[in-house]
Amino acid sequence: MAQLNLVQTVNQTLREEMRRNPDVVILGEDVGRNGGVFRATEGLMDEFGQERVIDTPLAEDAIVGAAIGMALYGLHPVAEIQFLDFIYPAFNQIVSELAKMRYRSGGQFPTHVVIRSPYGGGVKGGHYHSQSTEAYFIHTPGLYVVTPSTPYDAKGLLLTSMRMHDPVLFLEPKRIYRTLKEEVPEEDYTVPLGKARLVRAGSDITLVSWGAMVHTCKAAVDLAQNEGISVELIDLRSLLPFDLEAILTSVKKTGRLVVAHEATRIGGFGGEIAAQASERVIDYLKAPIMRVAGFDTPFPYALENIYLPPPERILNTIRKVAHY
Amino acid sequence: MEMLSILRADGEYDPKLEPDLSDEDLVKMYRHLILVRKFNERGMALQRQGRIGFFIDSTGQEACQIGAAYALNSNDWVYPTYRDVGVCFLRGVPMKVIFDQLYANAQDYMKGRQLGVHWGYKEKNIVTIGSPIATQLVHAVGTAYAVKYKNHRVVTLTFFGDGATSQGEFHTALNFAGVFKLPIVFFCENNQYAISLPVRRQTASENIAMKAWSYGFEGTQVDGNDILAVYKAAKDTIDKARSGGGPTLIEGVTYRMGGHSTADDPSKYRNQSEVEMWKKRDPILRFRLYLMKKGLLSEQEDRKMQQEMENEVNETAKEAEKVAPPALSTMFSDVYEEMPWHLKEELDDLMKEGT
Repeated sequence: MAQLNLVQTVNQTLREEMRRNPDVVILGEDVGRNGGVFRATEGLMDEFGQERVIDTPLAEDAIVGAAIGMALYGLHPVAEIQFLDFIYPAFNQIVSELAKMRYRSGGQFPTHVVIRSPYGGGVKGGHYHSQSTEAYFIHTPGLYVVTPSTPYDAKGLLLTSMRMHDPVLFLEPKRIYRTLKEEVPEEDYTVPLGKARLVRAGSDITLVSWGAMVHTCKAAVDLAQNEGISVELIDLRSLLPFDLEAILTSVKKTGRLVVAHEATRIGGFGGEIAAQASERVIDYLKAPIMRVAGFDTPFPYALENIYLPPPERILNTIRKVAHY
Repeated sequence: MEMLSILRADGEYDPKLEPDLSDEDLVKMYRHLILVRKFNERGMALQRQGRIGFFIDSTGQEACQIGAAYALNSNDWVYPTYRDVGVCFLRGVPMKVIFDQLYANAQDYMKGRQLGVHWGYKEKNIVTIGSPIATQLVHAVGTAYAVKYKNHRVVTLTFFGDGATSQGEFHTALNFAGVFKLPIVFFCENNQYAISLPVRRQTASENIAMKAWSYGFEGTQVDGNDILAVYKAAKDTIDKARSGGGPTLIEGVTYRMGGHSTADDPSKYRNQSEVEMWKKRDPILRFRLYLMKKGLLSEQEDRKMQQEMENEVNETAKEAEKVAPPALSTMFSDVYEEMPWHLKEELDDLMKEGT
């Protein structure tokens, strides 16, 4: 088994699936000759040719729109949007076309497209290379939204996504593209959508997170452990559908829930998790459900490490909930 | 740029330019022109009587739809607009399917999920229609790319209006098609209006066809009310696309005789005198004269055909009206291939609500 980081895993997974399925094509800006600005598609054009690894003109609406038309004709396109912050010219194509075509055509025209996009802060990228706007897309019926936090899950979730007959927005937490390596099996395996991963077992508080923030949460869990607070950490992995069962089972045990995400708080997905939990397990709760989130400001540049919730800020919220 | 014209409004024509069509083809074309006109009359009436919720009339634009689609092969792909019902009829979508969609009933292929006139029919490669303008152009480009990738001899034809040329996707689609030299034909039905705005408010360009030049391919303008010219331009460019010659933009110059939709009152923004002028250029009138001149149609045959079409339209509408509305559960299916837990739960709650 090879030790791979997350972006190497994405690259390897795309390669394996393209070898298996001749209908898989990749399209996006700089994905071919350049191998992608993060090198996620490095070497794929050499192996599969420029007709299959397509350097497109610089237009996100055409990348997603063309992927839709390709899918309708039987290809399995994987579109790369260079940064999630650049996806908005394609927003209409995603929410009104890609996500709705199966439904509005009475099931006649399913659109199996995967959109991969690096997202999230912590790379000194400023406002246009840092945001976590998953909530816009989770709010879109017809679309699945997925984000891995480990290389192992990146492979399993990406393979599942590429074999779905529905569109998937595959969000890659770019801050941890190269920060951790782990053994990634070479054989074919999948991770189902809608199943969370238990990162740490604990008994006092349930902490739910996803993407790069899972690793910040791990640090916070260690800090809490030093203070005698036992935190159960859950990585959702897939945001739509999300594993409510795993959250509820844990909260029934701990009686306390904190949700941590990089995205802004208001309208963020943490609010939905809090609402779902309070609707269903309020009798088990010993404290208010609390959120740790990015501030409701545009994403800053110089102060990004203050903006992004650090372990200490998560710890503060854990304390508040633990000692309520 | 010279506008291609073969059959003039007075029924005179240039025999040197006549396309290669059999007598049978010509009569079939005419039948479909009549069918679209009768369908539009019925659709407007049904909406005015409150029997259907919404309708979009394409009277005046029949020659663009029928002429262009007539040049396609059965395995070609079409991305039409909501004003192209003729394309559906011509490619063999059963009329009942068309009316079921207008009634959004239990037999509707779209399962009652779309506003009327938003058809789609997989069997005939007619892709589901959206309301936002120009979104289908990039889909068509993707399909054309896939066709080229798979080395198939299939052409993609997409329709849109003059308003669509203002959208970003017009640019990104034509640009993409030009860069990859795709087997696609972009057919702009320039009907002079995007709801209330005249084409001069969409572009300062002398015409729409010439916009193709900046994408590195050919643009051609035709009299959109002249079915022979539309067919010829479409046939030539579809053949070109099929043989690897790349994309073409066709501008069919036509006129939207009615309002934008049943929710629109065109008297607010255009003069009746303009409408009267275009009435004289009617695409059906001149084709009828042409067929009569060629001995392919008599007054009596014409009357009979018109009556037949009218009867078929009226009978089919009545059939569709009898069908019940869609079942509640259809609200939840086809959001995804398999229903995720949250939708199952919502469906379950709804079913309990009913008891």
